[in-house]
Amino acid sequence: MLNNVSARTQSSVSIRELSLSFGSVTVLENLNLDIHDGEFLVLLGSSGCGKSTLLNCIAGLLEPTEGQIFIKDKNVTWEEPKDRGIGMVFQSYALYPQMTVEKNLSFGLRVAKVPKDEIDRRVARASGILQIEPLLKRKPSELSGGQRQRVAIGRALVRDVDVFLFDEPLSNLDAKLRSELRVEIKRLHQALKNTMIYVTHDQIEALTLADRIAIMKSGVIQQLDDPVTIYNRPKNRFVAGFIGSPSMNFLTGELVDEGGHTVFKTNGVSFSLDGYDAYEPLKGGRKVILGVRPEHIKVDGDIAGGEVHEAVVDIEEPMGADNLLWLKHAGHVMSVRIGGARRYAVGAKVRLAFDMTMASLFDAGTEERI
Amino acid sequence: MDKSLTMPASGPVSRPGISAPAGSRLETGPQGKRPRKVLSSRNIIVYGALGLAAIYYLIPLYVMVVTSLKGMPEIRLGNIFSPPMEITFEPWVKAWAQACTGLNCDGLSRGFWNSVRITVPSVIVSIAIASVNGYALANWRFKGSEIFFTILIVGAFIPYQVMIYPIVIILREMGLYGTLYGLILVHSIFGMPIQTLLFRNYFVSLPEELFKAARIDGAGFWQIYFRIMLPMSLPIFVVSMILQTTGIWNDFLFGVVFTRPDTYPMTVQLNNIVNSVQGVKEYNVNMAATLLTGAVPLIVYFVSGRLFVRGIAAGAVKG
Ligand SMILES: Nc1ncnc2c1ncn2[C@@H]1O[C@H](COP(=O)(O)OP(=O)(O)OP(=O)(O)O)[C@@H](O)[C@H]1O
Ligand SMILES: [Mg+2]
Repeated sequence: MLNNVSARTQSSVSIRELSLSFGSVTVLENLNLDIHDGEFLVLLGSSGCGKSTLLNCIAGLLEPTEGQIFIKDKNVTWEEPKDRGIGMVFQSYALYPQMTVEKNLSFGLRVAKVPKDEIDRRVARASGILQIEPLLKRKPSELSGGQRQRVAIGRALVRDVDVFLFDEPLSNLDAKLRSELRVEIKRLHQALKNTMIYVTHDQIEALTLADRIAIMKSGVIQQLDDPVTIYNRPKNRFVAGFIGSPSMNFLTGELVDEGGHTVFKTNGVSFSLDGYDAYEPLKGGRKVILGVRPEHIKVDGDIAGGEVHEAVVDIEEPMGADNLLWLKHAGHVMSVRIGGARRYAVGAKVRLAFDMTMASLFDAGTEERI
Repeated sequence: MDKSLTMPASGPVSRPGISAPAGSRLETGPQGKRPRKVLSSRNIIVYGALGLAAIYYLIPLYVMVVTSLKGMPEIRLGNIFSPPMEITFEPWVKAWAQACTGLNCDGLSRGFWNSVRITVPSVIVSIAIASVNGYALANWRFKGSEIFFTILIVGAFIPYQVMIYPIVIILREMGLYGTLYGLILVHSIFGMPIQTLLFRNYFVSLPEELFKAARIDGAGFWQIYFRIMLPMSLPIFVVSMILQTTGIWNDFLFGVVFTRPDTYPMTVQLNNIVNSVQGVKEYNVNMAATLLTGAVPLIVYFVSGRLFVRGIAAGAVKG
């Protein structure tokens, strides 16, 4: 595979101007993506945005209408799935029901006519890593969901692939198993250092697993960044609203020049933008959306200075560790996250301070960050 | 809250604020499974209707069986419902080995073996081809597969009668007219549309991701078919086998048209025995012959129907 080395060496998977349509429906359009060697990339997006389609293109299960795919600097656009050096794990496990776990693991190797002792060695290694040795003689129907998914991961592991593709591997599992297996996948990645591309619509999975997250919306990647940047500096309103639970508070208003400063004004209430790290100089007269996450609004005792607002408690949602307050202020209802021990009565008055260093401003027209 | 509505505490854990009823005695009143009346009006209607339908279908069978076990003098007495006073198997023997059709007088046995020689290869060939067709249509969306599928479906709806004469000519040109091979070919082809549809729909219903996983594992067209799809498809193969076996065994039209008297299938021979105009009508022999002819489909239903149910119950389809 080294005979084709070009300037593109650092990336493990490269997607160039990829387009795909099913008949008249265009699912992916002119998509570019570079995934580094050993990177854990998460594709995150709502249902139907084309995540699985993109993954299937990388796997070679779908033919792109246009564009190229490189894996390890080799153009694999026309290669068969088995020749791409990829392994794939599906949401529904996709284990061969009539074969034992052992046969499931070794199927690919047996098809490739790998010698018997080599097969045994690789199956033993994979089942050791995934701790499924006691299950080797069982049929898939005799396994729990988590065990099945482990076997499915093992099937990619035995084939010694360069790139792991996961299509929502944990979606069929209950919450507890999901978090267990999530940790296990992360551990696996740290041990193997393979490139992994992971599709999910669960943002917790995305934030906890990813080196970088690609947020997709209708076949277009909206933002490709590390989780912290995605969370704190979303590129547009869609990304801002998609990540974070409860969702970011959005206040529509406009920028106004007041006494040498530019402030944000909504329904007659003005908010100082001191500390906001803008991409471009802010000028009055522009319609904008201010986005603030629930944990970036400080309440009463937490306030460490700066501009203070006053609001009324509308609803209180105690969630154990946290307490979520829904407050009415400046004609908007906004959520604020405070410590679980601090309780407020409905209708109580609270003082607020907005942490503008962590806020986001979007143009009301383009919805892009400014 | 009424005391009888409080939940009995589970186990020894007693939480403050929830008082368990004293001891673990259950309160009187409804408890556990609700009793159902056996003679409810609903049951009477349902089982009554089922019983009537069953009798309606079983009476002809009963008449046939008792008649086939009577001698001719007894039949002439007239009461077709009365059980045989003296059981005789002679009509069965005669139907099988001696009844005359045209020039041959070796009974239905000749037709039986002809039918076996027609049905077995036809069923095997048509199922083998149709299952591969269905698999290709379901999983390998090749160029033109939609058109191919549409043509097949249209093929399923063209009346047979329209095609008989052209097929006679084709078979004659191929030198197969009047032979068993010709009829086998015709049966295999005519079964194709509906069988392909059956298999396609079954394979479409299998999880697509299994197919994808097998492709990533490097399996090709035949490897996926034989090693992944076939082992999961026992139920549909049984269904298909039932349909084809009974359909081909019961066929009369193609048998009459495409074979000659010495290669007539059993149904055609049965017709010739029953409708023979020479001599007295031997009702007992006719009944025995009819039962013999119908025995094969019946046995197929009984044997493979159970297999089929077992195949599904064993979770052959579940992952
Ligand atoms: N075979 C197909 N024919 C036509 N349209 C398809 C086909 N497969 C997918 N699509 C469409 O392509 C779009 C993207 O589908 P895709 O499966 O990639 O979504 P996804 O992001 O994986 O969603 P989910 O989170 O629900 O899995 C959807 O709108 C879907 O309707
Ligand atoms: Mg998907």
